[in-house]
Amino acid sequence: MNVVDYRKIFLIFSGILVVASIASVFIFGFKQGIDLSGGANWEIKFLDVSPANQNIVSDVLKNLLGDKSFSIKQEAAGENLFIRLSDISEADHQIYKKAIEEKAGSFEEVRFESIGSSIGADLRLKSITAAVLVLFGIALYVAWAFRKVSRPINSWKYGLVTLLTLFHDVIIPAGFFAILGKFKGVEIDTNFIVALLVIMGFSVHDTIVVFDRIRENLLVSRGGRKLVEIINLSIKETFRRSVNTSLTLFLVLLALIFWGPDSLFYFNLTILIGTVIGTYSSIFIASPSLLFFNAKGR
Amino acid sequence: MIKSRTTIVFLIVLALFLAAAVFDYQPVWQTAVQKLNLPSAVFRPWRLGLDLVGGSYLIYEIDLNEVQSGERESVANGLRDVIERRVNLFGVSEPQVFTSRTGDNYRLVVELAGIKDVNQAIKQIGETPLLDFRTVAFEAASSTAKTDSGTPALEPKFIPTALTGRYVARAQVEADNITRKPQVNIEFNKDGAVLFESLTEQNVGRPLAIFLDNVLIEMPIVREKISGGKAQISGSFTFETAQELVQRFNAGALPAPITLASQQIIGASLGETALQKALWAGVLGTVAVFLFMVFYYRLFGFFAALALIVYIALTAAVFKAFSITMTLSGIAGFILSIGMAVDANILIFERIKEEVKKGVAKAAAVEEGFRRAWPSIRDSNITTIITSMILYYFTGSFVKGFALALLVGVLVSMFSAINVTRTFLRVFTRNK
Repeated sequence: MNVVDYRKIFLIFSGILVVASIASVFIFGFKQGIDLSGGANWEIKFLDVSPANQNIVSDVLKNLLGDKSFSIKQEAAGENLFIRLSDISEADHQIYKKAIEEKAGSFEEVRFESIGSSIGADLRLKSITAAVLVLFGIALYVAWAFRKVSRPINSWKYGLVTLLTLFHDVIIPAGFFAILGKFKGVEIDTNFIVALLVIMGFSVHDTIVVFDRIRENLLVSRGGRKLVEIINLSIKETFRRSVNTSLTLFLVLLALIFWGPDSLFYFNLTILIGTVIGTYSSIFIASPSLLFFNAKGR
Repeated sequence: MIKSRTTIVFLIVLALFLAAAVFDYQPVWQTAVQKLNLPSAVFRPWRLGLDLVGGSYLIYEIDLNEVQSGERESVANGLRDVIERRVNLFGVSEPQVFTSRTGDNYRLVVELAGIKDVNQAIKQIGETPLLDFRTVAFEAASSTAKTDSGTPALEPKFIPTALTGRYVARAQVEADNITRKPQVNIEFNKDGAVLFESLTEQNVGRPLAIFLDNVLIEMPIVREKISGGKAQISGSFTFETAQELVQRFNAGALPAPITLASQQIIGASLGETALQKALWAGVLGTVAVFLFMVFYYRLFGFFAALALIVYIALTAAVFKAFSITMTLSGIAGFILSIGMAVDANILIFERIKEEVKKGVAKAAAVEEGFRRAWPSIRDSNITTIITSMILYYFTGSFVKGFALALLVGVLVSMFSAINVTRTFLRVFTRNK
């Protein structure tokens, strides 16, 4: 297979995906979880399970909350009730609890989280700071690690291509989640941001291995071969390793998705998508892009 | 020569693995500690996060508007100490109380594992007495209320002063000499005494208002300058309320007001199920990786799989030895790192295959494979280390667990995938 010769196809394919992802992020936005936007999640389990409970709880809350919005979800009959509210004080929490218990019988509070909007805003800022720092930290390290091979490609170009590839790998899952949020009501939370950072770490892992091979082959050939050939050869030589490494991570992720804790389902799904995209990009996008920044292609 | 050195390394790895495995497995380790008469500090329980054992995670906003900017740090820390003392009264195992700062906002985080009545706990944390002294200025009431004599009523206006409960060194209950009514004696610390002295000096003949939790307790008239930093609050206490107040003072008055900004309360059952599922998924994932390696790389893969088991035991031992709190996301990070840990092995084995194809003898190909794969392994792992360190320093505590797990995982995997695998290969393939 000759990846480099078909690079335009891959780059166009990726370009479409990236544009579509950016568009869906901007058009749909994200549905934010309470840890980012503030609000309350309340999961309760009635001791006497009755199908009427959901309606009773709904009526009680409607009375107490007036025009403030809330939602109640139940995954299956007899399962726990998930209540979503705006962030409430501890006093209100106790009032609601008492009111519900009076009408529908006692229940166990499986989980109660009420997060003030200032805390959410703070966390959001911290997460974005962390993401930006990771991006630039990695790009700078790559530029530094490849400083000895500045011919025929400047080492900062490796860093720049890494940065672009990372953006590619992160924006596609992000776009996917914007769509999921719009049509399935899936929320993004801190875990989602962590997942994106893990994807970055993994993708760069992969990209570096290919770059490293290019670096080695460049040093060995000492200008004897064309850059195109060297890049192609390097991709070929590292192809199996890239696929196999992703495969082991893929296996672990599948185990986590199917048998792991439910609360981490979307976290694992994000990383799974990112792993696939990241592997694809390090083979088909990162190295061929080096040529674009080196138009002469010698 | 090389052979004997390899054997020694092999034995060290084996011993390390066995020690780690025994240390990780709680029942065996417990018996070992008892039988060998080791100090009980050596027996370290797994530290599980709130999301696994259930508990509450409370974030308070600290209001430091009244505090000068230079003193905010120390007031926030004093507040933390006070809350810590109060929380310790709950009898919760290893409560965590710490402050966090973003810009000018100070917050106080309280983590209580496995507490039953969170509502009660929140009350006791929040309702610590907030004592402060205010000067009083009278001004004509804006309302139409008139006194009997027909002149406009004077309404007291309270002006906060710097003297607050944070300067209280000690408090005790005493019965008034004449009336026998209970009163609370307060002793200020050195700074408080100075403040109190100047405050009384400036207000001789005027009232000084004493507020508790923003409620006016009493408003005695200052007769003279009071030195020595002692004050009495008479109020209208019963002996019980006076006693309670004194206990709360001695645990420490809140130096600044706090408000509960966020709470997360997780029931124990939820965490238990999640932990079981995560561990089960971890086992299945490991088995899958194991099978893949053996199927694809045969004997080499088998050694990599053995090294993976060493990796799991060692990493778990590091978590336990350093009492790193295992949260659900931390365990997920650990499981993910199992999938990534064999990456170095795959790199090396592919390299060895290439060398063999080139016609290099097998033993030399193995050494060459390790040597040549090193730069890639180093560079790619350093980027993961960068990621985890940034995650650790810039995020909240739930993410910290994940970041730490990732960091420890990468460091241990560099050792296990390279040194351990190489030792296994050298020991078991030397005669071939």
